[in-house]
Amino acid sequence: MAKLTREDVLKLAQLARLELTDEEIEEYRSELTAILGYVEQLQSVDIGGLRPTNQVTGLTNVMRADEVVDYGYRPLDLLKNVPDVQDDHIKVKRIIA
Amino acid sequence: MAGQWLPIVDLAQQVQAGSLTAGELVERSLNAIDEAKDYQAIIAITPERAKERAKDIDEKVKKGEKTGRLAGVPFIAKDNFLVFGAETTAASNILKGFTAPYQATVINRLEDEGAICVAKANLDAFGHGASTENSDFFVTKNPHNKTRVPGGSSGGSAAAVVLNLAPFALGTDSGGSSRQPASFCGCVGYKPTYGLMSRSGIVAMASSTDTVGILTNNIKDLALTLDVMAGRDPLDSTTIDRQDDYTNLVEDQTPARIGLIKEWLEDGVDKDVKRQIERAVEVLRGVGYTVEEVSISSLPLSLAAYYVLVPAEISSNLSRYDGQRFGYSFSGAKNLEESYRKSREFGFGKEAKRRIMMGTYVLSSGYYDAYYKKAQIVRTKLISEFTDAFKKYDFLVGPVTPTTAFPIGEKGDPLAMYMCDIMTVAASIVGCPSISVPAGVDDQNLPVGLQLLAPQRADKELLGLARYVEELLS
Repeated sequence: MAKLTREDVLKLAQLARLELTDEEIEEYRSELTAILGYVEQLQSVDIGGLRPTNQVTGLTNVMRADEVVDYGYRPLDLLKNVPDVQDDHIKVKRIIA
Repeated sequence: MAGQWLPIVDLAQQVQAGSLTAGELVERSLNAIDEAKDYQAIIAITPERAKERAKDIDEKVKKGEKTGRLAGVPFIAKDNFLVFGAETTAASNILKGFTAPYQATVINRLEDEGAICVAKANLDAFGHGASTENSDFFVTKNPHNKTRVPGGSSGGSAAAVVLNLAPFALGTDSGGSSRQPASFCGCVGYKPTYGLMSRSGIVAMASSTDTVGILTNNIKDLALTLDVMAGRDPLDSTTIDRQDDYTNLVEDQTPARIGLIKEWLEDGVDKDVKRQIERAVEVLRGVGYTVEEVSISSLPLSLAAYYVLVPAEISSNLSRYDGQRFGYSFSGAKNLEESYRKSREFGFGKEAKRRIMMGTYVLSSGYYDAYYKKAQIVRTKLISEFTDAFKKYDFLVGPVTPTTAFPIGEKGDPLAMYMCDIMTVAASIVGCPSISVPAGVDDQNLPVGLQLLAPQRADKELLGLARYVEELLS
């Protein structure tokens, strides 16, 4: 059974862009180990040539005409929820240190 | 508790006839919400916009204009629907302060027929839970017993309907989130065939199972609102063609054949729940349905498959909350990477982080085949077993959830909370419609729900049976 280590949790947190406290690391280590222990039962399933299902109603390639449609979204309304705006642009922190 | 509402069809007709006003209905709903504050079913009310819309409708009536099939009818939307007039938070700290720049398609369709959103209901943040205890704000209380949970994640919507705060409420259902709270609170809760109602403008959780749920006190109200919302939407390319008129239900479908799901009546089911389900089965047999036990052998695997597929999709859908474009943003970060991490650390609650990490794990290189792909194959197996069962039976029945509403705080362990979904996730994984209908109470007077399932795209037949069952069991 998968038993997560502290390093495993830190790696997951890093991949998911989460910063965890020491307490959280231990908590998630034991909880995620328990959840993985439960879903482990999938490993014993005989898959006998079956293929995975991604879409349940059988729709494929839903296309539309390549035309601009006005759904009434206004760019300035969208910008109202942005934490930091300058000259109608989204401002982010420095990327290269 | 506020008094019961008239059937929606009557409310709308009376508003159109001028014998009731939309203004009065909105006022009544807002008063009921205020009086039921102790239950904490509601996150925010939208009084200004609601009153303005009511005024417009009442003026149209005065001028003799048509106002729609839901004229003046108030409703409550789960707070993961984008609605004008209040914030949309999904009960999460990371979306606190977010105001919708557009509305969900289903909200627009309801408004086009004259319905009026009066409030936003509480939920487990982002829909992650079965009790509303995972709301980042507060816990909703069960209308029948304030020490119990209302179920979840659409717990606020279910409690609101049972408390008569509005004639109907919208929920979502990705693994039982409308059916299970309906069962705990004693109302009707419906999950449609995957794709029957548009998810455009709804905060995404698990895209391959997310559906719009409807909660009402009776099937006729539910069928009418479904009729207004169902059908294709160019803004959600997973939407499917609808059936014709959902209000024209065939109630008595005897001698249809019904399969009683064997795996759901085995160990672990509360004795009172089992007794009520068996009673419902006897009633169905009494009116001429054939009800036989049916086994769906992969059912015991459905919860494990669900808790791989769903966290995987959640980890992907929740990656958009990065503190840059909308939502909570940590202001003291030195660089972009730190801004991402700190915004997500402070903005997400415990369950969201748990699911994000679980999803990240099962999707990561080296584990993808062992977990995610395996779960997708179990999904194929379940679909084929349900297809076989539906060749023999027109409908399937069973309990909604193993117990009645449990005490607030009882399920501290996340896995114990996940187990509440054990009978509802299968319909979500295979995409078939499913509904919870009240089926009596347990020895503490807490409601029990009967789950009815039908093949994909047989929503109308399912609602017809549910309407018949509702009458037989009342």
